[in-house]
Amino acid sequence: MSKELIRLVNCSMAFDGELVLDNMNLYFNDSEFLTLLGPSGCGKTTTLRIIGGFITPTSGEVLFDGVRMNDIPPHQRQVNTVFQRYALFPHLNVFENVAFGLRIGRTEEKEVNGKKKKVKVRIPQDEIRERVLEMLEVVSLKGFENRRINELSGGQQQRVAIARALVNRPKVLLLDEPLGALDLRLRKDMQSELKRIQQQMGITFIYVTHDQEEALAMSDTIVVMDQGKIQQIGTPEDIYNEPKNAFVADFIGESNILDGIMHEDYVVEFFNRKFKCLDKGFAPMEPVDVVIRPEDIDIVPPEKGQLRGVVTSVTFKGVHYDTIVDFKGFKWLIQTTDYHPVGETIGIILNPDDIHIMHKSQYSGMFGDYSSYSEEYEEMDDVTMLDEEEEGSSREGGNEE
Amino acid sequence: MKNKRSLFAVPYVVWMALFVVAPIIMVVIYAFTTAAFDPTMGNFTGMGVYLSIFTRSFELAIIATLVCLLIGYPISYMMAKEGPGFQRVATVLIMLPMWVNFLLRTYAWMSILENNGLLNQFFDAIGLFDLINAIGAQLADDPSQYVPITYFRMIRTQGAVVLGMVYNYLPFMILPIYSVIVKLDRSLMEAAQDLGANSVTVFRKVILPLSLPGVLSGVTMVFVPAVSTFAISRLLGGGTHMMLGDLIEQQFLGGAYNPHLGSAIALVMMIIVVVCMWVMNRFGEGEEQAVML
Repeated sequence: MSKELIRLVNCSMAFDGELVLDNMNLYFNDSEFLTLLGPSGCGKTTTLRIIGGFITPTSGEVLFDGVRMNDIPPHQRQVNTVFQRYALFPHLNVFENVAFGLRIGRTEEKEVNGKKKKVKVRIPQDEIRERVLEMLEVVSLKGFENRRINELSGGQQQRVAIARALVNRPKVLLLDEPLGALDLRLRKDMQSELKRIQQQMGITFIYVTHDQEEALAMSDTIVVMDQGKIQQIGTPEDIYNEPKNAFVADFIGESNILDGIMHEDYVVEFFNRKFKCLDKGFAPMEPVDVVIRPEDIDIVPPEKGQLRGVVTSVTFKGVHYDTIVDFKGFKWLIQTTDYHPVGETIGIILNPDDIHIMHKSQYSGMFGDYSSYSEEYEEMDDVTMLDEEEEGSSREGGNEE
Repeated sequence: MKNKRSLFAVPYVVWMALFVVAPIIMVVIYAFTTAAFDPTMGNFTGMGVYLSIFTRSFELAIIATLVCLLIGYPISYMMAKEGPGFQRVATVLIMLPMWVNFLLRTYAWMSILENNGLLNQFFDAIGLFDLINAIGAQLADDPSQYVPITYFRMIRTQGAVVLGMVYNYLPFMILPIYSVIVKLDRSLMEAAQDLGANSVTVFRKVILPLSLPGVLSGVTMVFVPAVSTFAISRLLGGGTHMMLGDLIEQQFLGGAYNPHLGSAIALVMMIIVVVCMWVMNRFGEGEEQAVML
């Protein structure tokens, strides 16, 4: 087990009476790449600013190595931040920007003649120079020392911001949507660059983003947040494959979310059919949310399908086609490498491991663009549910043409 | 005039030509001619007698500018730190005196500073003079020779002139500095804090250097009118501390009527001011670029 560095205990934050962070409990381990992921306004940046010391939580505790840090100002904390818009000093060149923290030096408590004294530790000039140049090399900006900040591209400014923070050798680096202002190509490059730097330096990165791809690509741990609450914590694989609720399922990747009923362990019903799945531990007949990832769905000829539907739209996405299929008024998104033209009737097969079951939550029914509830289904819903056992029944496949 | 919109600039161009460029040309012509409009350098060569007025003018203007800076910078800084409500009120309070006529304001200062003016009456009322006289009489070698004071001499001093200039030109120092500081990116200060700077260091290493362009334009806007001021020195300085503005005024309106000499003096002053400003702007160029980013 890695060592715990920072812990938030029952942290809440309110601005003007509005709760932005709701009783947050979270810990951060040594040498971990942890991402706070969520839509804007979910409290992720607030969490970061609490750790950085720019705001003090309304209630709760911030612990660094078990020591309460709530009232310690930012300049006395062993963390450094990479700001959203970099916040580089426009009046200083690249070298001086990176050297900023080193030139200030840190106050340290030292024992002098048996008395504890605060001593300002200054770093000698040649050491500053050495460390700055070394760090510029880490971020691949060797030779840029004398450039002015406004002469740099967005990606280069980004690297300066990272170097400026890392040169102080913080235990934890906070990154607030650092790639938000970069174009797609640069963002991809910087993602692997950041991951490399994190592994090379062996320190904790706490990374804030609303971009799920970014989070999946870089993180050891992802914390999905919404409305000031943690929705799920886990590895990227966990979060993607076993989303805890409809919010997480929708936010991470694309998904078809349906209403279902869990009949017993490993058996779920939706679309008036029973399907085998891998989930258990639900109450008998418990209403659930069913998640089916668009890339997990296998398209087969109509007569072989468990469900039948009509293609209503096809979008070419490069690697695959985004195919929207209408199942009795429910639109599903299916990602497939095969082209199926609009109007074609197709069948689909769902394997047990394609079906993910989630407990109902406050988010049920709010998500799933491609499973929008239709009036037609509402009418059907009034009819007593039919329990059809036989495989490949054609009752579901009817289309509205 | 490729752009049709540039037609809108025509009235301005005409205005500038008529009332800015033409007068400057006239000043230059007057400065280099005699009363009969014969070319001469005499207006300049004879200017040495006014050297003391030149030095006093620049001296007082520099002092007034520095005082404005010393008072204005902290006010601007505090204003920028406060909330928008406070900022609005403070801006109005700073602008308010400017709505009153310049001469009226200066006359008001006369009645405040006069020997039997408001301030001396106030000091008298609180017994300040009695106290000073009592102590003075005690300390004097020969108490019978001690002359009790009944007022402080405030008017007709250089201090009063500086005071008048500071009072009149302070808003021109505060507003440019304030508008630069208030626009500074908050995240720059947070970044500095994050890198270990306490609030003093944040000010010294980030806010101060980035506010220099505001300081430069504030200094310009105070120094230029201060060096050419005329009514203030006459009203508050009692005419004993003549400044360049008064000297020039005399050449045009006063008894010493000589517009050719007046033009020459004005021209020399203009050149000195332009050179000063040019040097200062060169000095501040780097920072200015930085803030335009």
